[in-house]
Amino acid sequence: MLEVRGLEAGYGQVRILRGIDIDVADGEIVAVLGSNGAGKTTLNNNISGLYRPFAGSVRFAGEDVTGAASEAIVERGLVQVPEGRRIFPNMSVRENLELGSYRRGKPNRAANIARVLEIFPRLEERLGQAAGTLSGGEQQMLAIGRGLMAEPKLLILDEPSLGLSPLLVEQMFALIRRINDDGLAVVLVEQNVMQSLALADRAYVIENGAVTLSGAAAELLENADLKRAYLGI
Amino acid sequence: MAVRTLLFLAALLVLALIAPLLIANRFLIDVLTLILFSAFLGQSWNILGGYAGQFSFGSVVFFGTGAYTSSILLMTFGIDAWIGAIAALFAGAAVGAFVGFLSFRYGLRGSYFALITLAFAEVFKVLANSVEFTGGGIGIFIEHEPGLARLQFDDPAGYYYIALALTVVSLAIAWWLERSRFGAYLKAIRENEDAAEALGVNAFRCKMYAIMISGAMGGVGGTFYAQKFLYIDPPIAYGVATSVEMLLVSIVGGMGTVFGPLVGSFVLHGVNEVTRHYIQTPGLSLIVYGLILIAIIGYLPNGLIGLFKGRARPKDAEDA
Repeated sequence: MLEVRGLEAGYGQVRILRGIDIDVADGEIVAVLGSNGAGKTTLNNNISGLYRPFAGSVRFAGEDVTGAASEAIVERGLVQVPEGRRIFPNMSVRENLELGSYRRGKPNRAANIARVLEIFPRLEERLGQAAGTLSGGEQQMLAIGRGLMAEPKLLILDEPSLGLSPLLVEQMFALIRRINDDGLAVVLVEQNVMQSLALADRAYVIENGAVTLSGAAAELLENADLKRAYLGI
Repeated sequence: MAVRTLLFLAALLVLALIAPLLIANRFLIDVLTLILFSAFLGQSWNILGGYAGQFSFGSVVFFGTGAYTSSILLMTFGIDAWIGAIAALFAGAAVGAFVGFLSFRYGLRGSYFALITLAFAEVFKVLANSVEFTGGGIGIFIEHEPGLARLQFDDPAGYYYIALALTVVSLAIAWWLERSRFGAYLKAIRENEDAAEALGVNAFRCKMYAIMISGAMGGVGGTFYAQKFLYIDPPIAYGVATSVEMLLVSIVGGMGTVFGPLVGSFVLHGVNEVTRHYIQTPGLSLIVYGLILIAIIGYLPNGLIGLFKGRARPKDAEDA
């Protein structure tokens, strides 16, 4: 579904990504792991068209989308939920959700809202409330729900666990599993290594702008290098 | 929108239409004209600043360019002002496109955008001062030959009706923004530009449209001003005072609302006239005016419209 080949990207003169290869198949959850500054968000922004890569290619659903405009990429069904819960704070929860469906999925808007509310019942009580008044976890649910409104074929979640309590992270990941059960492919970009590996089918570990480890999530969980790097064992 | 609100607005419009027949005092008609005109200019700022969240401190640049466009066409080429108004509309939109392209392409946001618009207005002022065809520092005097083609009238009511029409059109544009996809995009950009882009909103293009609509409205406003006051020079056309007035009526009334600029204009000009009338000590009226402004901005961050909207009535009840 998604094929990233030799992606090099950065900002201005600064090269962050130094040739990245990533594949995502239909219906998979793929974790992209790495610490702060590894280049996870840069990877995201270049896949979803917010920035133009220096070199390499991005193919989505068989089409080359390297450097395409973000709205064209969203139209094809590749939707990103940006990090840090970027909701529209002064708009109501309902308006936030509706905004997700302008570019794609507008005919089914009502049904999609119902589906998002079924997945995130907490949002139902808050539909008319300004989104800025929601708690951190609810805002993250809203951001994901807004992404779902565009009927994505592939959803990229950038650090959905950021700033959430361990309990909420667990709930959030269970909800991501649920979204994936409906057949939606998910790329989970995370720092939370252990929980992400438990959730994902496959994973890539990025360090200093390059993939240093990749494979089935279950195998990576047993990987000694990863344990040393992230758990200090 | 509730039927009651609709009826209220219809009644307000009828009242506005027959006002010149009811009011014998021509000075009062003039004051009302200026209030409506200020509301119109405020709305042009509101589309860019209130809805799209791009705070311009130099929106006068559209107004001034429109005023010069139609005035030069009229006085140099003898082209009627109603055609001039159309030319001013396009000139305003073109200046909007020019300023917008240079600012948005290079990612200027927030205070940087405010500063660059302020700078553009100043540059245009200097240019208007130094070139021949604007009449330089002397400005342009416009002959008074009443007639619809020239948009000039002997009776102040004529100007009043034009200002009213402009205001109604500007309200209609804001009304459309409230319910269109484009309006939703603008609000998304205002709230969080990065998140809007992630949803597939082309922020650059939307901001360009917003500044061009704002510019077109400002341009037409310039023609109206020139035909009413029959004189423009660089400080009038590109002075910072008009820019400030445009944003002030919107902020006081309520940014990003349909009726904010209109309410703001009524209150600001009303307070201004009343304090001037009742306070004789020179300068004191300005102090009172300033204090009222501070109070409104300090205590009503959402403007006067915010008093009636928001917390009390969950929006969803209406939308569902």
